[in-house]
Amino acid sequence: MGPIANLRLHVFDADQGQVSFRGTNWLIPMLLALFTDIHANRQAFTACLEAAHARGAERLICLGDIVGYGADPEWAVDMVMDLVAKGAIAVRGNHDNAIGAPSDSMNDDAQAAVDWTRGQLSAEQKRFLAGLPILREEDNRLYVHSEASDPERWRYVRDTSDAARSMLATELQITFCGHIHRPGLYSMSSAAKMTSFVPTAGIAVQLLAGRRWLAVLGAVGQPRDGDPAASFAMFDTVSREITYLRVPYDVETAAARIRASGLPRWLADRLLIGR
Amino acid sequence: MRPGAVIDGFTVGERVHRGGMATLWSVTHPGIDVPLLMKVPLTSEGEDPAAIVSFEMEQMILPRLSGPHVPACFGSGDFERQAYVAMERIPGQTLYKRLDDLPLPYEAARAIAGKIASALASLHRQNVIHHDIKPSSIMFRERGEAAVLIDFGLSHHNHLPDLLQEEFRLPYGTAPYMAPERLLGIRDDPRSDLFSLGVLLYFFTTGVRPFGETESLRGMRRRLWRDPYPPRRLRADYPPWLQEIVLRCLEIDPAARYPTAAQLAFDLAHPEKVKLTSRSQRLTRDPLGTVWRRRFNLGAVAPQPKSNVAAQLAASPIVAVALDPSHGSEVLNDAIRVTAEQVLSTSPSARLACVNVLKLNLLSIDRTLDEQGQNKHVDRLVALQHWARPFRLDESRLTVHVLEAIDPASAILEFATANLVDHIIIGARQSSMRRSLLGSVSAKVASEAPCTVTVVRPSRLELQATAGASDGAAITPPGLF
Repeated sequence: MGPIANLRLHVFDADQGQVSFRGTNWLIPMLLALFTDIHANRQAFTACLEAAHARGAERLICLGDIVGYGADPEWAVDMVMDLVAKGAIAVRGNHDNAIGAPSDSMNDDAQAAVDWTRGQLSAEQKRFLAGLPILREEDNRLYVHSEASDPERWRYVRDTSDAARSMLATELQITFCGHIHRPGLYSMSSAAKMTSFVPTAGIAVQLLAGRRWLAVLGAVGQPRDGDPAASFAMFDTVSREITYLRVPYDVETAAARIRASGLPRWLADRLLIGR
Repeated sequence: MRPGAVIDGFTVGERVHRGGMATLWSVTHPGIDVPLLMKVPLTSEGEDPAAIVSFEMEQMILPRLSGPHVPACFGSGDFERQAYVAMERIPGQTLYKRLDDLPLPYEAARAIAGKIASALASLHRQNVIHHDIKPSSIMFRERGEAAVLIDFGLSHHNHLPDLLQEEFRLPYGTAPYMAPERLLGIRDDPRSDLFSLGVLLYFFTTGVRPFGETESLRGMRRRLWRDPYPPRRLRADYPPWLQEIVLRCLEIDPAARYPTAAQLAFDLAHPEKVKLTSRSQRLTRDPLGTVWRRRFNLGAVAPQPKSNVAAQLAASPIVAVALDPSHGSEVLNDAIRVTAEQVLSTSPSARLACVNVLKLNLLSIDRTLDEQGQNKHVDRLVALQHWARPFRLDESRLTVHVLEAIDPASAILEFATANLVDHIIIGARQSSMRRSLLGSVSAKVASEAPCTVTVVRPSRLELQATAGASDGAAITPPGLF
């Protein structure tokens, strides 16, 4: 697995006691790499993991939809299982969920991909997906695939009112989610006023302590904001800075694998245009 | 907050100011040897709710800014403990102290506005729009005299969430200086700052605020359709170039203003080269028909996509072409024109400055030669204009300059720095003999310029072919004829 296997995992050191840093003395300072909507895209996820490693990621968070759409579900599930065994956090997405609990709310292409994927995965892999938690809390952060108010209804965060509903459903300061495949960053002031923002790749934004935040990540494996490059984010728990990143990857190969496996052609074509 | 308290290593001294949104304290830090200020937002019950949001904006934006035109930032704390921003303390007073002296002499006002425009150019290049340009947010450095912009609580950063965008129903800012598009909720156009600077320049040269002191939304909305009285109507001796600049800044449509702060700074630095239009002579406001058309078509303005400040600046560069129009440079100058055409064709609001250096001889400073020099000066200007004619550029986008200097490279570099030039196009000398004796002007410019430099060289193969032909050596295959 090359450099990915060498990811440094943060271990809490009991001898050191609490780590103290500027008003956050109950937090363990950490550099997080967050991924969502991998969708069995091996080329994209590999490129993102390498980029995260190069930026010194200490802990990996996977916000769900490991499978569906893409041609390498076994590889993707094995990779996430391995990362979780080494301390990563993963939550369940609607495509992961649909492997074990058939859904009637998916479109034809998504349903075809789920049915195909089900035939590719081993029993152990299916058990792993079914056993993923629907949300996870860590310090002042919430990790969830869709949104926090009713996570198993798989609603999208499209605008400030969707974002507000999710933010009001949790006490935690920062929520990280995915699902819509388009990056967005929402905040709510102490007076419950909302702001929305389309993040600029590579520019760190401090998630100010005086307000609550909802960070919607772009997709690793199937971006839909017009940019075919894979999307993930880094978050520094000390400076509270989030950086959305774009990583170019071998889209041609990922698309060719989808075509070769007999999945709907549109699932290959859309990767090339990021739609 | 009290004197003597220590916050993150900063020791609090006296309180130096209490404004509507924040207090300012003098502080010291053992590791920092410049004078420091700590800005602390007013957050208690009954204070302006905008105080918190504008503090948050300043906390996000100030640490990202650099350069002489902003106070350096040395740290910040958030609302979890003590909210503050620690910054360099700029000595002296803000421009607000000059209000008793208005109107200022034209030349003094021009110099002040030029410095503010340069500061805005630097800020906009850092993707930030100030949104509260007014006398009390402008200071000056003691050395170098650069304008320093303060108070970024209402600013917009093109790459950061705009916490003010959806927070308040009414636009936040200082009413007399606010650009009309701000009243429509537009916060991402850097030309809003040029409008505010136009208000300041109008006020400083006439003693009258162009849109009065109205604070009501209704009163402010008038500026969406009603233009101010031309300054010449208030002061008969108002210079036409100055009215041209002021009224262009105050255009209701941002697209009719200067495209960039750098281009405005350029005109303020070269008043004699300002292209005068009908604006410069106007004595009356727009006719009522025009005003009504504007007023009743406000809704017809097409919604603008989110602007990209960097792209807007990139489309409006100042391009300087260094030329030697003397005999024997035709091939090179044609090649330079081709390159300049390519640059201009991709930058619809570019401005072209043609520069020639009249080389001074150290020994030739006497009366007769001075007269000769003057004639040469005019000849060169005419030649530069002739060279630039094929571009068919509007005169407001073209200027020609003859610099007199002993060292041509230094003169070009100085010109580029002083005029915020984005791109220099310069020819490479063909004669290796001269280059080896005198040193290469283009090489020095390319290595020391503060911006992009394109060095143009006509294909050497072509020159060899021409040289070969004139020597009568048959190096060109006859089959080609």
